[in-house]
Parts: sequence; C-alpha cells; structure tokens
Amino acid sequence: MGKAIGIGAAPLRKEDFRFLTGRGNYVSDLKRPDMSYGVFVRSPHAHALLTGIDASAALAAPGVLAVLTGADVAADDLGGLPCGWGITDKSGEPMKEPAFPLLAQGKVRFVGDMVAFVVAETLEQAHDAAELVAVGYDALPAVVGVLDAVRDGAPLLFDDVPGNLCADWELGDRAATDLAFTRAAHVARLSLVNNRLIGNPMEPRAAVAEYNAGTGHYTLYSTSQFPHVVRFLMSALVLKVPEQKVRVVAPDVGGGFGVKQFHYGEEAVVTWAARKVGQPIKWVADRSEGFVSDRHGRDHVTEAELALDETGRFLGFRVATLANMGGYLSTFGPNIPTNLYAPLLSGVYVMPQIYCNVKVVFTNTVPVDAYRGAGRPEATFLVERMVDVAAAEMGIDRVEIRRRNMIPREAFPYQTPVLLQYDSGDPGGCLDRALVAADVAGFGARKAASARSGKFRGLGFSTYIEACGLAPSRFAGRLGARGGLYESATVRVHPTGQVTVLIGTHNHGQGHETTFAQIVSEKLGVAFEDVDIVFGDTDKVQFGMGTYGSRSLVVGGAALSKASDKVVAKGRKIAAHLLEAGEADIAFEAGVFKVAGTDRGRTFAEIAGAAYVPHNYPLEILEPGLEEQAYYDPVNFTYPGGAHICEVEVDPETGTVTIVGYTGVDDVGTVINPMIVEGQLHGGIVQGIGQALCESAVYDESSGQLLSGSFMDYCMPRADTSPHMSVATHSTLCTHTPMGVKGCGEVGTIGSPAAVINAVVDALSHLGVTHVDMPATSNRIWRVIQNAALPRAAE
Amino acid sequence: MALSFTLNGKPRQVEAAPSTLVSELLRDHLGLTGTHVGCDTSQCGACVVLLDGRAVKSCTLLAPALDGASVTTIEGLAKGEVLHPMQQAFHLNHGLQCGFCTAGMVMTAVALVADNPSPTEAEVRAGLEGNICRCTGYQNIVASILAGAAAMRSASDVAA
Repeated sequence: MGKAIGIGAAPLRKEDFRFLTGRGNYVSDLKRPDMSYGVFVRSPHAHALLTGIDASAALAAPGVLAVLTGADVAADDLGGLPCGWGITDKSGEPMKEPAFPLLAQGKVRFVGDMVAFVVAETLEQAHDAAELVAVGYDALPAVVGVLDAVRDGAPLLFDDVPGNLCADWELGDRAATDLAFTRAAHVARLSLVNNRLIGNPMEPRAAVAEYNAGTGHYTLYSTSQFPHVVRFLMSALVLKVPEQKVRVVAPDVGGGFGVKQFHYGEEAVVTWAARKVGQPIKWVADRSEGFVSDRHGRDHVTEAELALDETGRFLGFRVATLANMGGYLSTFGPNIPTNLYAPLLSGVYVMPQIYCNVKVVFTNTVPVDAYRGAGRPEATFLVERMVDVAAAEMGIDRVEIRRRNMIPREAFPYQTPVLLQYDSGDPGGCLDRALVAADVAGFGARKAASARSGKFRGLGFSTYIEACGLAPSRFAGRLGARGGLYESATVRVHPTGQVTVLIGTHNHGQGHETTFAQIVSEKLGVAFEDVDIVFGDTDKVQFGMGTYGSRSLVVGGAALSKASDKVVAKGRKIAAHLLEAGEADIAFEAGVFKVAGTDRGRTFAEIAGAAYVPHNYPLEILEPGLEEQAYYDPVNFTYPGGAHICEVEVDPETGTVTIVGYTGVDDVGTVINPMIVEGQLHGGIVQGIGQALCESAVYDESSGQLLSGSFMDYCMPRADTSPHMSVATHSTLCTHTPMGVKGCGEVGTIGSPAAVINAVVDALSHLGVTHVDMPATSNRIWRVIQNAALPRAAE
Repeated sequence: MALSFTLNGKPRQVEAAPSTLVSELLRDHLGLTGTHVGCDTSQCGACVVLLDGRAVKSCTLLAPALDGASVTTIEGLAKGEVLHPMQQAFHLNHGLQCGFCTAGMVMTAVALVADNPSPTEAEVRAGLEGNICRCTGYQNIVASILAGAAAMRSASDVAA
C-alpha cells in the first residue's frame, strides 16, 4: 500500500515511464482507419495579390481526394480566426481588427500564409499534388520591420488599416511623467531591439480530424495547450457547428512554450475537410513549415528614458515601443506587447511615474503572439538594461542602484503606477542570496585571471518581478479579454477511495500528473500512487482554459485544492451519518474522519466506499457518490520574481561569449515539488540565454523571406553551449492563492536575458561599450570589439 | 524491396520501397512510434536509434541500410518492465519533461557511454551536440547521462 506524498516532497514523475519506453501518445503517432493525409499550400511571397488558383491538375493526380481553397472557405461561410483580446487605441477607438481568413482571400500577407489544402490517400500523393496546385500571384512590395512599416508610403497590408497601425496604445500618466523628467538630475536613455524569436517546441504541430456522419460528431486531435478553447472558438466562431458535437483531444504534447496555445487555422481546416472528404485526415507540420507558421514571439523596437535624482533614485520612466504583430492578429497577439508588457515596467523598483506608448504594427511576417514569458521578458530586459545604463552614467555601483530603488519586503502589498498591485515579494532577499551563491565577492580575482589569459570577464545582474497565474477574469476583462481566465477541476473519488482528477489545464512537460497528485494526496490523505490526473480531452474534462502564462498550478491547482476541500466537506457529512455524530464534531486529519475527542473514525477509503453504498442514507440531505467540481478565478495576478546573476567570459579574438557561471534565486511562492520547479527554472533560463546569445528570427528586408527557417539557420541552445546553472528558491507566499503558490513556468525566461546581456556589456565596458543588442553572437560581439578598438587603431 | 534485419532482438522481414526513411519504416510501417521526428534537416536528434550499436539519425537513413543489421529503438531498451540503467537514470534525475526528444537523448546516451564508459560532463555535453531539447536546459539530461554511465559500469561489473 502506497503512502501519501504531499506538498514540498519530490516524488519522481508519474509521466516518465511512458516517455522513457517509447509509449507516449503524440498526435503524429495516431492512426485512424481509412486515414488520409493533408498538405497545405503556403504562400512563397510575403505580400501578393492572388490572381487565381487552378487546382485541376492537382485534382487529377493519383489518390487526391480534395483541394480546398479560399473560395471553398467563402462558399461555406466559415469565420476567420478570432482574436481573443480587443485592446483600445489611445484615441478611444477599438484596435483595427482585420479578418484572418482560414485560407487566403484575394491576398497573402506573409511567407507561409495558407492558400490551399490538399488531401490525398497517402502523404506522398498529397505532397506531389500540392506541387501541382497552380497559384497565380501578383507580388507586392513587402514590409517586415516595424520602423519601415510605420513610415509614410510604406506598403499597406490592409486597405482599411492606415499606417499598418493596429493600435496606438498607452498606459500611465503622461503629464505626471513628463513633469518628473523636469525635476531630474540625470536622464539615462536607451534604444534597444528585443529580437524576434521562434519557440520551436521539439514536437512540430499536428492535427488529426475525423467526422462521424452517423452522429454528426467531429473529433480533432491537436497539439494544443488548450483544447477546450479550441473547441469553443472553432465550433462557435469558425466552423459554426454545434459545440457539443465537437470533441478536441490534445494527448501527449511535445512542448508548447506558448506556441501551441493559439487556435490555428490548420486545426479548423483539417476538421472542416474531414467532413468534406468523408475520411479522417492527418496533417503533421514539417519543421520548415513550423518556422513559417508557428506564431513567433517578441520583436520590439524601443526607446526609453529614465529620470533620476542626484542620488540615483528613480523619478520617472518614459517608454515608446513599436511591437510587431506580423500579418494578422493571432489569438492573444495584441495583448502581449501591451497588457503583459507595460504594467511590468515598474520592475522591482519604486518607480513613481511611468508612461508607456506602444504602437502595435502589422508587417508581412508570421503573426506574433505569446512565447514563454510573453511581454514580461521584454519589459524586464528593458528595465534591467536601463538600470545598468543609468548606473554606469551616474557612476553608481549596479547592485547599489538596485538596492537604493528596490521595493522593500515590508512595503508589500505594493501598488505600482501601472495597474498592478504586487501582493508579496522579497527582491532584496533574493538578491542577497544570489550575491552569495554567485560568489560576487570573488569576481575581481576571477576577472583578473581571465585578463591574464587574454579574456574579458563580465558580471550581470537582473532583479525582476513578473505577473503570472493568468488571470483574474475581472481585471483581464477591463483590459480587453473577451473570455474568462479561470480554471476548473473535478475530483472523482472511486468506491475504492482511489481518485481520478479531471482538470482543464494541459500537461506538456510541466509534470502536472505528479504535482497535482501531490496536492490531492496532501489534501485527502490518499496514497500518491492512487491519484491519476486526466487532462486534454473535451469529452472527459468539463472545461478549462488550458496551460499558459504560468497558470496551471496557480489557477488550476487552486481549483483542484478547492474541489478537494469540497470532497472533504462531503466526506464529513457521510462520516457524521455513519458515526452518528454531528457534522461539526467530525475532524478530518491524515486521511481519517474522526469524531473529535474520540477514537471513533472512518478512513477516507471507508467513506468513499460508503458514498457508493448508500444504505440507510438520509437521502433528503445527502446524495450518494463522492465527486466534486470547482471553478477558481484568482483575485489578482501572482508575482514571482528573483535575482539572476550571470558571469561571462568573452574571447576578444573571436567574439565568442561563454557563460561561465549562472545563478538564479527565485521566489515562486510555495514549492509543491522542488525537483520539478528546478527543472522548470533550468529550462526557462536556457530559453532566455538562447534569446540573449544565439536565437533570432531574421527576415530578408526586401523579399520578406524568412532567412532563419531551419535548425541550420536558427540557432537553438545546445548542450555544449549551455551552462551549468545554480538555482535556488527564496519564497514568500502569495497572499491570495489557496496554497501560496505563484507559478514557475516562465520566471527563468523572464529573468535571464538581461542578466546575460548585462554581463556581456560589463565585460566590454572598458572599451566604452554601453549596450549590445541580442543575440550577442560571436559575429556581433567581434564587430562591437573591432568598432570600439577603431579609434585606438587610428592613432 | 525485401529487407531482413534484427529489430529489438527479434528477426524481422519487411517489404519497403528503397526510398523509405528508416524513421518512416519504424513509425508508419512497424508501429514503433517511440522514435520521433522533430525536424527535416537532421539537426534535432529526436529520431536517434542504434544501428549495430551505433547512434544514427533514422530520419537520414534509407531503409536498405537496415538489411542484415541489428536495430535497437527506445521500445527495445527495457527488459519487460525493468528499465535499462540509462532510462532509469533519466527517471531518477528528472532528465525529461515533455518526452519528445527523450528517445533520441537516451539512445544517444547509450551509444555515448558504450564508447566512453566514464565520460566527463564536458564529454557528455559535446556528445549531445546532435540532439536538441527545448525543455530541460540540458542540465538534468547531462546529470542523467553521468548517473546512467555509472549505473551501466556497475551493471557490467556485476555481469563480469
């Protein structure tokens, strides 16, 4: 008989065995009887008018079952892909929201835009036939960068979107911020680029759909982080079919990182086509296809100014950002560079005034949406770089300027000037611990040793906070969310006392099957091995908003905690009946319901059994069965944070940056499973290091072709270039979530880019370098060093 | 064409077009979907299997290369429900998250340790150059392989 394993323990993961033995069940593994295969025809042009599509040769090719185009979409009156957030322009007008058709209507707007869908008996036949679809294009000038897109005379993506401007958005008190600058002893300025990224979960996106003509039911298997949302959006708004006749299953999913949290056109087209051809259809993206169709992340150009008094205290922060949306609005697109960015610009500091203007801009590139961190890494990178620039200009130590401005632990809850109220945190405590763990005191000696071998050594700090646990629905609604952001959980206790949990979040690497089982084991006193977690199937799970924004434990775990409490409450009623005691006299502890002050009791399993054998039940007050459901909507975001310290060595001969030390001390609130939290921190940090040192989605400016369209061109972090990290947690408890949890999925990615770049700039500071844009590739750094050395060379 | 090879210790005869990739043969023809395909440029290593004990990227190999050879996939590594020491090391050291790259990582690790029974951390990292993981930041994969190497050494000591 197993034992209860609760909160704070580190049991090994329940999900490992199937993955380690090759028994995972991913969408691309699925086979359905009579299954056919689909291939998308995608635009090779960044911007072009469609002059006609001739599918006759493709239709005549062997095995071809259908060729569907934009004309079929229009004929069936299908909806476009909906945007889940409506932001408001500073003029008070709603954002410009052009349609995002499933298959192109008259025009294509990025390389990879979907033009047609070919279905055939075999994958080879579908590929061959896709080559035969003759698409006429009349190429138009394209624009890929935000600065070019807002220039007068720039090519326009949409006739009714002047200046390619989706919205000119703002947050904060502009006049008060301007006033703060008039009182400044020093103003630090910084222009930077937050590089465009491609999330690249290792499993490419895929969809398998089938239609049961007998019942009218559709089933879609999709690589999704939120199957219920896909079902709702696809059935109600896109395909316009009854929601109850649509089942969406997201089985094992091989990583998401935000990339799989949107409703993609491929999901709807494959589902729609399955009915049309009368056979199941499978579509699996090639990696090359993923590069030009998975939603991209980041891509900001920013100018910022920080006003400081003569002692280095912050007075005001003024930020102007141009954010790239790509060719259409994706599910969360306009929310990311606005609501998830500007409210984080106070960082961990007392920042009396903040004004942020964000121009949200359409370009001829893949739509941009959330990627791990989503808005918050961009904000953190800006704030933490700005602080370093100000420190250098004012001659103040970088740790000292942070301490001088940091929100002290006792000042929490802390209201920032930009919407958020941080409920808890201890940024100074995280920093203190990180300084010790990183042996900052010994840095000087290490730097001298590096110098002796001809290397430049640098140290970088990033003290950050983020808002996650998305999200309080009331708050999100005010910001433009068109849906709620709660989560649901059902705790189904079987007659044996063993438990199945049905939860609306989705596990794609985060270890929910383990962490959530620990919560139930703790709450109900049942053995850890007696709890199974079910997710990812709309026919099994009641409802759910899915997994993104570090919300699964914070919001889903809270729903689970609440549902478990309801189970205990009902168990108490049953125990009172069986033990002939008053309900108020029943105590529940360590899996036993007891009459308080006596040794009379019933185990949880006995109560569960009795719940399903309701002999002599007072049925008027007690229903049989033991299953409870809860929905949970948080009252605030949660605010994980921490201090990251990166130490780098730069080889001036090659420009190569090597991370020689990385320390993170993070406040993620209550830790349920420290092993899993540590794994999340590692992965997040390396994704941030990827952004800082090697990753970048590069478009050719004239043709709009994606130049970094494969793993040969887009540099992913590898084992031999990733550092050994030292991570620890320094937790303060969230004051409003049931277990004090804050979430840990994104912190690593949010904290790390600034730590790395601050270290690189520090290493090069003796050359007069004050800023380096990401990624700090050897090529870029070598050039920076050469340029810095030029005046000397000229002497 | 007819191919005859040993697959996970059992003799197999299959008919496949010569243009079939080994990854396709395993996944689509033989139903062994534990081997994954994560890219189309032989970069990611999710598809690594052992061919006569060597780690190879099955997405880059044509089926005829199997004729007369011995192939081990992730499905053939455990003995029944008893995990191979390298699989067990990944479990004990939290060396996997989403599981998609895992088969390739484990197979690469088994071959790496067969070549170099006591690798250093740097050697393990260099040996993973052809495998991409997006979840773990590699730290626990490296720890798993070092632990798995030690476990494989003591298993071979016991066998000796």
